[in-house]
Amino acid sequence: MRSEVREALIAKLTALADDEVILAHRGSEWTGHGPILEEDIALANIVQDELGHATLWYGLRQQLDGSDPDQLAFFRDAYGYRCCELVELPKGDWAFTMLRQYLYDLYEALWLEAAQHSTYKPLAEAVQKIMREERFHLQHTQAWVERLGQGTDESNRRLQQALDMQWGYAQQLFVPIPGEELLVAEGIVPDLLPLRERWLEHSTRHLQNAGLKLPINPGYQPTSRAYHTEHLWSILAEMQSTARWDAEAKVW
Amino acid sequence: MPVKYGVPSDPDYNERLAEFEARIKRGEKIEPGDWMPEEYRRQLIRMISQHAHSEVVGMLPEGAWITRAPTLKRKMILVAKVQDEAGHGQYLYHAAETLGVSREAMLEALLAGKAKYSSIFNYPTLTWADIGTIGWLVDGAAIKNQTMLAACSYGPYSRAMVRICAEETFHHKQGKEMVLLYAKGTPKQRQMAQDAINRWWWPALMMMGPHDQDSPNTEVLVRWGIKTKTNDQVRQEFINEHAPEILEAGLTLPDPDLRYDEKTGNWLHGPINWDEFWQVVNGNGPMNKERLEARRRAHAEGAWVREALEAYAAKRQRTAVAV
Repeated sequence: MRSEVREALIAKLTALADDEVILAHRGSEWTGHGPILEEDIALANIVQDELGHATLWYGLRQQLDGSDPDQLAFFRDAYGYRCCELVELPKGDWAFTMLRQYLYDLYEALWLEAAQHSTYKPLAEAVQKIMREERFHLQHTQAWVERLGQGTDESNRRLQQALDMQWGYAQQLFVPIPGEELLVAEGIVPDLLPLRERWLEHSTRHLQNAGLKLPINPGYQPTSRAYHTEHLWSILAEMQSTARWDAEAKVW
Repeated sequence: MPVKYGVPSDPDYNERLAEFEARIKRGEKIEPGDWMPEEYRRQLIRMISQHAHSEVVGMLPEGAWITRAPTLKRKMILVAKVQDEAGHGQYLYHAAETLGVSREAMLEALLAGKAKYSSIFNYPTLTWADIGTIGWLVDGAAIKNQTMLAACSYGPYSRAMVRICAEETFHHKQGKEMVLLYAKGTPKQRQMAQDAINRWWWPALMMMGPHDQDSPNTEVLVRWGIKTKTNDQVRQEFINEHAPEILEAGLTLPDPDLRYDEKTGNWLHGPINWDEFWQVVNGNGPMNKERLEARRRAHAEGAWVREALEAYAAKRQRTAVAV
């Protein structure tokens, strides 16, 4: 693999993993506080799968540059993280959490479906492992969007409010990272442009069917993954507090 | 036909009670729908719902550390563990429902502060080592109790316990592995592990409840096969297993009177501070108010979600009928 392709792949895997770690962090904040016990169980499942995906992506990066996944997750600061801003937003209410999870799951399911044909074999194999569970996530969160959208006036209002807030942020999922075009040219990762079309088509249909209106003005659309929301610093301060507490500790 | 719960004023009460007690003596399980004394049912609802609430409230002290777990693997293990607790709460509520009480009614009793849950969860989790220690000691104590309850006379409770014990045994192993790792880790890790053992040891011993002579429920519970051992017997089993393992790991226990008794083969403990136990049971532990408040908040903030689910289901039903 050419060194610039390798560098781009390392950066892409990092972005994929970071999205999962931070989204899992937000999801895990619900554990024990969900609206019904069954949802504590379901969301905990999703969180575990996301942590599994993060481990898989960091693991692929490790094969390329020998980096340690836990070092990456627990000893990088906000300057080093490459997650998108959508996943950093505070968990909000149940509508906010379910909508974000839906928008993300739809993107991830479509991305994985396309990435199963990757010319980079380790990636194609990793995708095979997690595609099924991602489809379950999507089924689950898709159903929640429909229930809340068609439930009561209040649930519809809350979901609409979440959509108005998140729609612009979600577009960042389809902004390529620097160097991504090299990976696309080699068939290593899917081109985000046609994926975005499919994502827009699916999400628009489902959201409208749930009784929501797409925002006319999408609002702020982040582009660079080098910068973050004002929340990331605090997320990392909390997430890394135990790991960083004892500089001498080799194992946890 | 509605289930018959017998009371002493029933004309055939004594006859049926004798039959019921004979079944238990033969080791038969009592199943939903079988005749049972109202008092048997009442004791079971009390125990099973307390147990279910303990699982649900028990998610809070450990759940609080998910966001601070030090590695991806530990984080995943902890999410899975807390998820198991939610699952246990779910089976146990179902087991109690077989006695004709609804989950909503049980939850209401919890939120109103009328139902109890295990007092152990009214202690705070101060450091990451508390997560390992809870797995080792608190789940260890729970397993002793639950293994006994797996043999209990009420079928649904007994079967729930078999399943729960299998998962708890796994949590217990994970917790022990963590504490042992930190006990031979860096000075800070060792200190953290020791501090956690110091704080959780006595509360774990209190989990089995008051001494036998002070436990008013034990006699009838043993006779009806709900409990098959007394509190002190279960406590002794717990100490005999855990005390030597903790000492062997190079950690100490906060009981200057603890000693091995050659004659009985038991580890004998010093006096338990029952004042502290009753303080915590009666609502004055360090976390009683916060735990209950967290449950109330989750319930209140989830109200609109539950309403939306019902409204959605009702709409779907109407559409289905119309089609």
